[in-house]
Amino acid sequence: MFLAVALAVALQTTLARFVIRGLVAVDLVLVAVVYVALTSGPVTGLLTGTFAGLVQDALTTGVVGIGGLAKTVVGFLAGIIGTQFIVTQPLPRFVVFFGATVLHAIIYIGLYVLLDLRHFGTPVAAVAGQATGNAVVGVVAFQLVELLPGAVERRRAARTRLRR
Amino acid sequence: MAVLDIRQRSGYLFLAVIFGHILLISAQVNSRTGVPVLEAVTFGIFAEVQRGMSSGIMGVRRVWNGYVGLRGLKSENDILKRQLADAQVALQAQRALADRSRGLEQLLEMRDRSDLRMAAAEIIGAAATPDFRTLTIDKGTRDGLRPDMAVIAPAGVVGRIVMPSARAAKVQLLIDRNAAAGAIIERSRAQGVVVGSGEDRLRMENVSEASDIVVGDVVVTSGIEGIYPKGFIIGRVDTVEKNGPSYRNITVKPAVDFASLEEVLVVVTPMPAREAPGEADGGRE
Repeated sequence: MFLAVALAVALQTTLARFVIRGLVAVDLVLVAVVYVALTSGPVTGLLTGTFAGLVQDALTTGVVGIGGLAKTVVGFLAGIIGTQFIVTQPLPRFVVFFGATVLHAIIYIGLYVLLDLRHFGTPVAAVAGQATGNAVVGVVAFQLVELLPGAVERRRAARTRLRR
Repeated sequence: MAVLDIRQRSGYLFLAVIFGHILLISAQVNSRTGVPVLEAVTFGIFAEVQRGMSSGIMGVRRVWNGYVGLRGLKSENDILKRQLADAQVALQAQRALADRSRGLEQLLEMRDRSDLRMAAAEIIGAAATPDFRTLTIDKGTRDGLRPDMAVIAPAGVVGRIVMPSARAAKVQLLIDRNAAAGAIIERSRAQGVVVGSGEDRLRMENVSEASDIVVGDVVVTSGIEGIYPKGFIIGRVDTVEKNGPSYRNITVKPAVDFASLEEVLVVVTPMPAREAPGEADGGRE
């Protein structure tokens, strides 16, 4: 979990100028949180979201805790979805990543606007672009991981332990 | 059942983490009054508790006094006390006007005391620790109160608003060790700064050795810090001691009995900005 988040943060900070193009901005850290939540459950997703969000907040000049709160909620809900529904096909995964990004944006932007700390204008297009970008990266990441030998069996074993 | 327990635990963990994030955010974000949200919300909550307890206690006292059959006398007494308090405030205003008309005071603005708008408030609580001399009053931002508004009583200066919430406000008393106010000796016009000591006496500092100060002199506000209206009584000089070649050690007994305060007045009229020293003194120095 921590390794995935650390890798995502490192990639995000080093590749930011490549992954943010116009309206399409990918949040690799959020993708990592949702991935961990879908594969490991709501508690792991919650803790991953908290850790990742706080780390990301600490690396910005914003309020520490708003990103953490948003990713905590997203991680928890994504974990619940991962345990309650079958999310093994690309389309369901795309929908989950897309919805998670939108929810994250609502909470993140909503808190900044509610606390009168920052104004974002009308970010609908930006949020839609980021959600699409995250969803594509998330689905591709799942496909790449499942190409690793033994990945499917390990996932099945983990789900069995979770349902017990 | 084991699965249900896991769900319940994860739910509690989720709520605990969310609460922790809210505390973390609240500690960093300031409210519109400039006070941290966490501090303002906590004070607001406990101010309501103090208000409730104060109302309960006052209710019991009122019932008891009325039951004894002194209701008529009590209401008459309350009316007379209020009239006396209004007269004392007006007297202080007249003394301030009279002081201003003497000597170099004509160079300062001659403000009509009736322009000062005041809001009456009741004391509903005191400081939670004895190290801080503060009071809680039952008026807040909804009544127009803001930080650094002066608080006075019929007898004299009480302190200033330091933290208002929506329906209550914390008042820092002048005797608090972190409080200070610009001061003038009414008789000799010697200037200085009155600071709190945490005890029931004030110290007057930054006074020239050449100043004419004797025990019993009335000390009033100078208004130079832009918080307290000029000319309101702070207290009387209690002791005067030599303290080296430059300044005297002067203690002031406050005019207000802070232990028996029940009602105060908050000056809601904005005070003028602090003037440049040359213009304010009019060449007195």
